[in-house]
Amino acid sequence: MIENWLIDPFVEFAFMRRALAGGLALSLGAAPIGVFLMLRNMSLAGDAIAHAILPGAAIGYLLAGLSLPAMTGGGLIAGLAVALVAGGVARATQLREDASLSAVYLISLAVGVMIISMSGSSVDLMNVLFGNVLALDDGTLLLLASISTLTLLCLALGYRALVLECVDPAFLRSVSRASPLAHFGFLVLLVLNLVAGFHALGTLMAVGMMILPAGCARLWHQDLVPMLATAVATALLGTLSGLLLSYHAGLPSGPAIVLSLGALYLLSLLASPVGGLARRLRPRWHYTS
Amino acid sequence: MTKPVLAFDNLTLGYDHHPVVHHLHGEVGQGTLLALIGPNGAGKSTLLKSIAGELPPLEGHILRRDPAPDGFAYLPQQAALDPAFPISVADLVAMGLWRHLGLFGGLGRSGRRRLEAVLAEVGLTGFERRPIGTLSGGQLQRARFARLLLQDAPLILLDEPYAAVDAQTVDDMAQLVLRWHQEGRTVIAVLHDLEHVRSHYPEALLLAREAIARGPVGDVLSPANLLRARRLAEAFDEHAPVCHRHAEAA
Repeated sequence: MIENWLIDPFVEFAFMRRALAGGLALSLGAAPIGVFLMLRNMSLAGDAIAHAILPGAAIGYLLAGLSLPAMTGGGLIAGLAVALVAGGVARATQLREDASLSAVYLISLAVGVMIISMSGSSVDLMNVLFGNVLALDDGTLLLLASISTLTLLCLALGYRALVLECVDPAFLRSVSRASPLAHFGFLVLLVLNLVAGFHALGTLMAVGMMILPAGCARLWHQDLVPMLATAVATALLGTLSGLLLSYHAGLPSGPAIVLSLGALYLLSLLASPVGGLARRLRPRWHYTS
Repeated sequence: MTKPVLAFDNLTLGYDHHPVVHHLHGEVGQGTLLALIGPNGAGKSTLLKSIAGELPPLEGHILRRDPAPDGFAYLPQQAALDPAFPISVADLVAMGLWRHLGLFGGLGRSGRRRLEAVLAEVGLTGFERRPIGTLSGGQLQRARFARLLLQDAPLILLDEPYAAVDAQTVDDMAQLVLRWHQEGRTVIAVLHDLEHVRSHYPEALLLAREAIARGPVGDVLSPANLLRARRLAEAFDEHAPVCHRHAEAA
């Protein structure tokens, strides 16, 4: 009975299988990126960069209609431009990365919405803003899978440098020339994953696949490696339950996924013994030393 | 003086064209134990940053005899490190072996032995698995000194190594500095505690945007020098004219 509830939608409908595959690919890449994003205190910066993708994708749409390469390319260019400028400003001056980004984000959002609504229907606008994980075609699926493969590969290769760049950048700069590479490499991966997220969840919620799993994982662990694993597991679980929720209750799928992730986050917030509220209810014992 | 490991040639450092270190000349011989002192804003940290290659000069040069990245070890001010990051003490300290390990190398048996040894030396045995966020300020500073020990560099730059740590930690770390000196390493430390400098350092450079005095600690720390340093450090003028000192001299 419960198996039917869990499995039937995916057995019966190809679009559900595609959505699941896309969501799984997205989870594998975006969740670890989200952990580093959160640990660098860049959660809101990630949000801002996600919005900056919108006008790029909109210009792609304006030129070529609902075309995967045009909108992906446009989003990528716009996102990279904003991320690299922000990163460069942070390296060259005393300003923090998030300082100028909130301005950029509002301007980008307004420009993007305006471009799309001038030239398209409100259905297109909804598609770009909220994505459509139930309408992933072959090309998009391939794109999501490639981005997540590339992300995992780069994270594995650059892990040590990236960790050090987050925890003690001045030290990394003093022992190695890898610091700028780690910093900008991370920003590029961030933009790539936001563009992937944009296809499935739309520009407004692409960051959800990063920050919510990362927030959950932070609440359960004090070590980075299990934190990364939990973040990926949370993202996978959220995708699966979100798709099922959207199928059975007839809800829009993108928000259903983000809401599932949100529910997991709230659960962690309440129940986690490490960082959650539950720890306040425990008896207050302590070691002798 | 012994062979210089560092030379400043008409060095001017600063931000937004305002000089923080102004036309500095001088050399640092191998094996020197030098205290860098002066009021806040005198350019001490800026000088250290520039020696470490973090800040290009506005004018002049710094010549490092051993310009390889592993030719020096740099301890920036503690604020440069994010203690909330989930990394263990052992992992943080082990990164002192970066030039042996690079991106992928494992510690191996000898690396692990050295890691244990330096942790024992700074009194952090048993703290290996603790996240750095759970350490006190003094313990974190001990961990950073352990990392310096692993770096095993001939030139060591310390930026306010004793800010906000207790007397015991200062004493223990000062012993390490003394040992580095005895091993013939060059150590330059930015310090504020003049009593500590008097009792532990043979040589000092008093900086107040310009070099006020350089030499044996007793001579440098004269009341007249200190007063002059304070006056000079306070003189910041947003609309100062462009400096042509070098052009005139040439």
